[in-house]
Amino acid sequence: MTTAARGVAARGVDTPGRAQVPARRLRSDRWWLPPAATAAGLLAFVVYGGVRAFQQQYFFADERYLTPFYSPCVSLGCASEPGAAHFGMFLPDHPLIPYAALSLPFLLGFRLTCYYYRKAYYRSIWIAPAACAVPEPHATYTGETRFPLILQNAHRYFFYVALLVSLVNTYDAIVAFRHPTDGFVVGVGNLVLLVNVALLWLYTVSCHSCRHVMGGRLTHFSKHPVRYWLWTRISALNTRHMLFAWVTLGTLVLTDLYVMLVARGTITDLRLIG
Amino acid sequence: MTHTGRFRLWRGDAEGGALTDFDVEVNDGEVVLDVIHRIQATQAPDLAVRWNCKAGKCGSCSAEIDGRPRLMCMTRMSQFAPQDVVTVTPMRTFPVIRDLVTDVSFNYAKAREVPAFTPPADLAPGEYRMAQADVQRSQEFRKCIECFLCQDVCHVVRDHEENKPAFAGPRFLMRIAELELHPLDVADRVPAAQDEHGLGLCNITKCCTDVCPEGIKITDNALIPMKERVADRRYDPVVWLGRTIRRRRG
Amino acid sequence: MTETERHDYDVLVIGAGGAGLRAAIEARERGLRTAIVCKSLFGKAHTVMAEGGCAAAMGNANSRDSWQVHFRDTMRGGKFLNSWRMAELHAKEAPDRVWELESWGALFDRTADGRISQRNFGGHTYPRLAHVGDRTGLELIRTLQQRIVALQQADHAETGDYEARLRVFAECTVTELLTDASTGAVAGAFGYWRESGRFVVFSAPAVVLATGGIGKSFQVTSNSWEYTGDGQALAMRAGASLVDMEFVQFHPTGMVWPPSVKGILVTEGVRGDGGVLKNSDGERFMFGYVPDVFTGQYAQSEDEADRWYEDQENNRRTPDLLPRDEVARAINTEVKEGRGSEHGGVYLDIASRMPAAEIQRRLPSMYHQFKELADVDITAEAMEVGPTCHYVMGGIAVDPDTGASTLPGLYAAGECAGGMHGSNRLGGNSLSDLLVFGRRAGLGAAGYVAGLASRPPVDEAGVDAAAAMALAPFDPPSGDLPGENPYALHAELQQAMNDLVGIIRTEAEMTAALDRLDELRTRVRDVAVEGHRQYNPGWHLALDLRNMLMVGEAVASSALRRTESRGGHTREDYPALDPQWRHRVLVTRRAPDDPDPVVPRVVVEEAERDPMRPDLLELFDLPELEKYYTAPELVTHPGGEPA
Ligand SMILES: Cc1cc2nc3c(=O)[nH]c(=O)nc-3n(C[C@H](O)[C@H](O)[C@H](O)COP(=O)(O)OP(=O)(O)OC[C@H]3O[C@@H](n4cnc5c(N)ncnc54)[C@H](O)[C@@H]3O)c2cc1C
Ligand code: SF4
Ligand code: SF4
Ligand code: FES
Ligand code: FES
Repeated sequence: MTTAARGVAARGVDTPGRAQVPARRLRSDRWWLPPAATAAGLLAFVVYGGVRAFQQQYFFADERYLTPFYSPCVSLGCASEPGAAHFGMFLPDHPLIPYAALSLPFLLGFRLTCYYYRKAYYRSIWIAPAACAVPEPHATYTGETRFPLILQNAHRYFFYVALLVSLVNTYDAIVAFRHPTDGFVVGVGNLVLLVNVALLWLYTVSCHSCRHVMGGRLTHFSKHPVRYWLWTRISALNTRHMLFAWVTLGTLVLTDLYVMLVARGTITDLRLIG
Repeated sequence: MTHTGRFRLWRGDAEGGALTDFDVEVNDGEVVLDVIHRIQATQAPDLAVRWNCKAGKCGSCSAEIDGRPRLMCMTRMSQFAPQDVVTVTPMRTFPVIRDLVTDVSFNYAKAREVPAFTPPADLAPGEYRMAQADVQRSQEFRKCIECFLCQDVCHVVRDHEENKPAFAGPRFLMRIAELELHPLDVADRVPAAQDEHGLGLCNITKCCTDVCPEGIKITDNALIPMKERVADRRYDPVVWLGRTIRRRRG
Repeated sequence: MTETERHDYDVLVIGAGGAGLRAAIEARERGLRTAIVCKSLFGKAHTVMAEGGCAAAMGNANSRDSWQVHFRDTMRGGKFLNSWRMAELHAKEAPDRVWELESWGALFDRTADGRISQRNFGGHTYPRLAHVGDRTGLELIRTLQQRIVALQQADHAETGDYEARLRVFAECTVTELLTDASTGAVAGAFGYWRESGRFVVFSAPAVVLATGGIGKSFQVTSNSWEYTGDGQALAMRAGASLVDMEFVQFHPTGMVWPPSVKGILVTEGVRGDGGVLKNSDGERFMFGYVPDVFTGQYAQSEDEADRWYEDQENNRRTPDLLPRDEVARAINTEVKEGRGSEHGGVYLDIASRMPAAEIQRRLPSMYHQFKELADVDITAEAMEVGPTCHYVMGGIAVDPDTGASTLPGLYAAGECAGGMHGSNRLGGNSLSDLLVFGRRAGLGAAGYVAGLASRPPVDEAGVDAAAAMALAPFDPPSGDLPGENPYALHAELQQAMNDLVGIIRTEAEMTAALDRLDELRTRVRDVAVEGHRQYNPGWHLALDLRNMLMVGEAVASSALRRTESRGGHTREDYPALDPQWRHRVLVTRRAPDDPDPVVPRVVVEEAERDPMRPDLLELFDLPELEKYYTAPELVTHPGGEPA
């Protein structure tokens, strides 16, 4: 989206003809705080997620809890945890191929092309711009008009896949209620999986592409009352899309952490029912 | 309650200028524009400032207060501490005329480039029937008072003068969305939004939405839906891949 | 004067509010090269501030509505002083003008069956105001603005030049009309660019004035700085007449607190949608203020008034929605008698009358305005409101059908024209007035230009005089002495008008006002401005002061002359409506023997209003007319003869 800064010719707010102010910026509030916090949050998740995705260990607890980072578990390596693979095992077991290599790239793509995350990393990582009315450092700017950023327009296809993955996660959460020996049980882990998957659904359906597909592309709402109704619901959720984006990052990590700790035996899952 | 407020106003013109300090009386309940008017009446009679309604309805009094694009008539003094220095400059994306007044003709030029409302040819005035549900999305955009603060804050042109010819800016991309969503507009506006008005330059970082004094959700309700409509047409992946490869080669 | 810029047009429209834009559209559509000049940016004229709606008897909300009902309401509101022909044209044509806006892209709020929704307003029998939330003026001006752009795009497609036939000169102020020295006909106008201070001369055989009102001469006003009475003063100086200048509307509900927002309008839509006025005792005092001429037309109990919002067939409307003059006077009395609110107004309560979400949906900008400017949440507490100078019914005397003034080539429309509203304007009747008479003035001007054998030449001496006049504040006669500060002078003028020619008037106060104006007229010559000509607000104000003083004198002298109370003119010393005054209007002109070029004096003369056409008169019942008319005027009414 940019090339490296060229020279020091006056540009941006210093362009000749505009009101010249020597100060680099006039915002006196802590404008840097939100982008800094965003960058820290995103980075923390990427590091945690990266480590876990390639760890290939502690992803399945005996209680049949499968962490979302390994779902669906389709690598031959999943055999190490019998019961983890619900959809067959066919990917080669290789340290550089995550067990959930079928879903993770799409989930990553879904979030990378998400309209909210785009805003978040354009602002905090790419500094274009870091905050409103704070000059950005790039000499040129082409936005999302060229490769690779033009790929952002593929967001809806990631959304379609994400819907499927959400179904898989839902399946994981439901089968987890059937203990291999004790039949129907409810443990804390079940609730963790359930809350996580519910929030994932909220994040997924509050997506702008979803809003568009459901009704946004219509011009005459009055002729499509059902889609209009759906659109209004999704629009209401959509206003909280950013919230869901962050909350699901948190619940994903917490869910995974919980499953990992139970799988390692560091903690024991508390049985509530059954 | 009255106190002496400390103001720092940009004074000058296209040739150059500087921030000038003023100590001025500030009363309870006043807005920044009241104080600027007092400076005008008592200390600097030729201080240039543009305003009309003093009620947030006309969008004339746009400026930057402590570096943030705002309406001077809707910025209350109570949000500052009495000892704060309040800095007011003209909008920094458009050429300055004098003091706090900028040349906003960029925006009027962009307005002309958006093809006008095109009703169905056979519909007589008086026969228009539109459901409230069908007009309310466009009605939100028609709340716009053309203060041009969104145009001012948008980094696409604020930080990159060279993008001005290619980019209509949030206000006018929103105008395209307004017509695109208008239940009786028959023109096709989607390809032009991308090709002629620079929708692709927007990276949805939402500063326009943040500054809009009318609270219009420009990004969520106008720009992103337009991007989705463009994607409908353009970015079917297969078609798109072929085109990108061709463009890369060329 | 070397740097004077020159332009030639067929029609020059001064003013880019609703009236000016509509006139320009019409002139351009008739094939004439048209220029629009305005003091502020394109699309920011006063019309954007209109909130409540635009009255037009479309009958969407109540099918019993018709132009006849609208006509009757308008005449009643104006206490039968209106130019009945204007009221007739207005009532008949307003629906077409509103529908036309839709075909240009306007999006009004809708009824359930997809037509334009209409709301209640003071003095209108049925819900009649087409509206968009509470930002109707914005919709109107934006639609007209976009229509102008559409026409420019058409010209661009044809000629490659957007401005080939229609050009907007924004931030350009006209300071004088130019005439043909031999015939006195209008030949153009002289002005300056606010941005550079450079002079512009427009030559045009037809000029349409659409400059709006005069409210900035008053201290407490809902009007913006643009409302300095320029059009009225330009017309008088060029030789045209004004009419009805004593009628100034004080809107009953302006904000009263905090001081910096005092006067900002609280739309009548608040009351139209259910808000009620209360005094400090919590009493809905309007029930005690229904005047005799309206007895029987308004509810007499709170219950009936409340039922009316739901069922208008079987109940009478609440007196909160009496015409504005009545409500403003009532508030004035309540406050004077010690039942006012904390900051000298009364309470306007909508919070206790509907759910918060409903208020926010129906009155979003009022909610916003109080929240932002006064820290008041109108969904939780009552607003404090009081009268504010809002609108001038009087203005340039025009021919109802064409908008022609008494000066050949000079046309006027919108708030700066007079006659249509009589002694008091109904809410919502202004926006429709702009459209109906804006179009007619455009047509009138186009017709006039088409019929001209030759274009009147601009009198060059007039150009030089106008330039000298405009530059005077840089070089005041006081020489090295500190000159008068234009801001201080303006404040004194506002104070005088507010205190002495306000809602309630007496002979002594108005005589005092005229003395004050006299004194200010002398001092205005010594106004001195600092700095140079680029965007210099002090200089701009100094030039506007001339107009404000002239118009102020027109208002005060007319008000002194009319020895009765009617509509927007209330005399404490003549508190009653006088039928002998009903058919007489006051015409103001520049005094023919006063050569003063700065602020010429004015003379006020009485003239007769034409008697109403019998078919229109028959629309009213005799008993109602008898309240306003003298007996001899009614002999032709069929109700007068035995059946
Ligand atoms: C707060 C408020 C709310 C209102 N609400 C309503 C309502 O709900 N319904 C209703 O019907 N009416 C309402 N009105 C009244 C109505 O808005 C005005 O009467 C109407 O808009 C006047 O329009 P206009 O076209 O005559 O002039 P304006 O819109 O005022 O335009 C005047 C134009 O003339 C230009 N001009 C003036 N002097 C010069 C000069 N010397 N040289 C060049 N240009 C000049 C100005 O720049 C401006 O462009 C309201 C008024 C106010 C103040
Ligand atoms: S969201 Fe797009 S249009 Fe709005 S400020 Fe950001 S880049 Fe500009
Ligand atoms: S969209 Fe909002 S910020 Fe932009 S011009 Fe309109 S009112 Fe101003
Ligand atoms: S997931 Fe965020 S917009 Fe689609
Ligand atoms: S003066 Fe009109 S918006 Fe501030």
